[in-house]
Amino acid sequence: MSLKHPTGLISLVSQSNQSVICVTLNSIVLVQVVRLVCRYGLVCFHVSSGGYKCVCVCVCVCVCVCVCARARALFSAAGQKVRGGGMGGSRVVVASRTYADFTPQATFDIKKCDLHKLEEGPPLQAVLTREEGLQYYRTMQVMRRMELKADQLYKQKIIRGFCHLYDGQEACAVGIESGINRTDHLITAYRAHGYTLTRGGTVREIMAELTGRRGGIAKGKGGSMHMYAKHFYGGNGIVGAQVPLGAGVALACKYQGKNELCVCLYGDGAANQGQIFETYNMAALWKLPCIFICENNKYGMGTSVERAAASTDYYKRGDFIPGLRVDGMDILCVREATKFAAEHCRSGKGPILMELQTYRYHGHSMSDPGISYRTREEIQEVRSKSDPISLLKDRMISNNMASVEELKEIDVEVRKEIEDAAQFATTDPEPPLEDLCNHIFSNEPPMEVRGTNPWAKLKSIS
Amino acid sequence: LAMLANLEMSICRVRVTVRDALNQAMDEELERDERVFLLGEEVAQYDGAYKVSRGLWKKYGDKRIIDTPISEMGFAGIAVGAAMAGLRPICEFMTFNFSMQAIDQVINSAAKTYYMSAGLQPVPIVFRGPNGASAGVAAQHSQCFAAWYSHCPGLKVLSPWSAEDAKGLLKSAIRDDNPVVVLENELMYGVAFELSDEAQSKDFVIPIGKAKIERPGNHVTLVAHSRMVGFCLDAAAVLAKEGVECEVINLRTIRPLDTDTIEASIMKTNHLISVEGGWPQFGVGAEICARIMEGPAFNYLDAPAIRVTGVDIPMPYAKILEDNSVPQIKDIIFSVKKTLNM
Repeated sequence: MSLKHPTGLISLVSQSNQSVICVTLNSIVLVQVVRLVCRYGLVCFHVSSGGYKCVCVCVCVCVCVCVCARARALFSAAGQKVRGGGMGGSRVVVASRTYADFTPQATFDIKKCDLHKLEEGPPLQAVLTREEGLQYYRTMQVMRRMELKADQLYKQKIIRGFCHLYDGQEACAVGIESGINRTDHLITAYRAHGYTLTRGGTVREIMAELTGRRGGIAKGKGGSMHMYAKHFYGGNGIVGAQVPLGAGVALACKYQGKNELCVCLYGDGAANQGQIFETYNMAALWKLPCIFICENNKYGMGTSVERAAASTDYYKRGDFIPGLRVDGMDILCVREATKFAAEHCRSGKGPILMELQTYRYHGHSMSDPGISYRTREEIQEVRSKSDPISLLKDRMISNNMASVEELKEIDVEVRKEIEDAAQFATTDPEPPLEDLCNHIFSNEPPMEVRGTNPWAKLKSIS
Repeated sequence: LAMLANLEMSICRVRVTVRDALNQAMDEELERDERVFLLGEEVAQYDGAYKVSRGLWKKYGDKRIIDTPISEMGFAGIAVGAAMAGLRPICEFMTFNFSMQAIDQVINSAAKTYYMSAGLQPVPIVFRGPNGASAGVAAQHSQCFAAWYSHCPGLKVLSPWSAEDAKGLLKSAIRDDNPVVVLENELMYGVAFELSDEAQSKDFVIPIGKAKIERPGNHVTLVAHSRMVGFCLDAAAVLAKEGVECEVINLRTIRPLDTDTIEASIMKTNHLISVEGGWPQFGVGAEICARIMEGPAFNYLDAPAIRVTGVDIPMPYAKILEDNSVPQIKDIIFSVKKTLNM
């Protein structure tokens, strides 16, 4: 009887032609048991297209263990593919973890968003494929490690000036990017390293910009708050100024008729800036394709939201602009909300506002320890209960979409990538002094710039 | 006869007001490049607060001529963002006094971005509007911002005087890939000038950063911008009767300053007076004098370089007070005579 290998079934073949007990277990436990057994080389996973007698017991909720009457030497604990022969039909033996053994996709319930001036909100369920999950995990992990490395380098005084770290908020940047197109546009404030990454910057050029080297994404001339990439307008140091800029980008999108939109981010602190309300007005008036996103991490520098805002319902602040409040620690929630918002904009309905409830582990910047206005317990609680990377990881593991080892392997790769980038960022030379006066004007013939004294005439080219 | 007619046509000069010259400049550039658009308060359906954009909305419609709410910081930021994303906005401030509310967007978002991004992000935007003293509008509506904007690297600052200046400089500004501030003058809008053949062409541009010698002379160099250029020419006409020939330089561009033209003139006349409508402290004249001190022309000065400026007070309302708050022709004449020891 040929053994089909549908999703969720694992077949076990014993090493020595003995029958194996058919066990129906809770899938998590089963996976652990199987893994344990595999480690000792007692069994292997086997995929066969024919020839084995099998008894297959299928239970709807659980993963099933199948019994095979005949066995070949087909095992490997190290995960190698072995080609078997002589059984009729092609047969491939794979090791203890095979892609085909994992759940390719699963549907998850996500939190309902609070709505403002909207009849309906984003869906209450999100489909996550294994590929997506691994990609989100990897990107968030890169982001996390990159920020932690920046912390390290700052303490070693290799990074100086301003350094506003994003760790804790990864689900926002990665979730948003997964809900828009690469050809859409995005602008944010100074806590921008994560977005520089999702918008196409490499870790190397981001870190080299932080260390002020010529290999930096802005050749070392911008620093932490002034990183740019295609369709990414920074990185802006003046709190709130990026919001009208973002609406301007949206105006250009509408003007040029390319069905693109602009995601325009600001924080709970910036939400009280007057120019943001001016922008709400014009964006709504002119129906600009602009998604305003307030990343509410509960603190504007050292001031909690309760102490700064008469109304902390940031998603309602747009008044006549529809809004939604989203769980910013759940990447699927962020993604679905972003897709919903993007659809709203692209259909010509005008701007929409999203409030992402999120949290930053670090203080406002590297010069803020971050514990004078909040307790260590609070930080610890968020870390243990709501960490965005852990949430995704748990989801994937418990639904058999990835294995712990696999994710650990990713962690190792990520760590190496960050180390390499940091190595580059600390060894790349600083920009040449000749570059001092360059890039003042675009498309301009070379000109002279006055130096610190009347005899210092410096060269400037575009 | 046909030849004669042709000849007449080719030397045909028209008289055009500064207002109409600005209007023509915008019209031509809007037609030439569809990325160009105008936004500001009352620019569309009202035809412009000072009628500078008259007829443009009728011709180009809502997409390209945009009325904004009274939100300077907001719409200036929107204009800068649009420039970053590939359009070429003209952002009008009803007067530059209101630009103070938006000055962060002009300096931090527009002027500095190309440098901060090491050349990744150009900002091709024009900020324009009337600057400086008007008539009877009192303190909050009469400030000159030439010194404020010219202080900042990353900006170009233009200050046209004549209709030809207005047309050529505004066209250059719109075609420039960088943030340009164009400081017009409300009292000049209605003044008509002859527009040469060349200046009537749709491709007439005046290079940014080059001053023009409006009147050659040998005895003293008068350097001015905007309305004061006319005052200097009037003073020069009076002084000519007394045998003093003033060389009048129209700066046209405040940043970058055309130091070479000024120095060459001083090397000829040996005397320098800068004339401006703005306040003296840290003003345009202060910068000119400092540069002359630091450069080769210093050795050619027979007397200290001096400045004729607005009085160092907020602008009063009453006519007699207002008239005495800005340089008058007699002040220029007086200063020339003092400098020449007459």
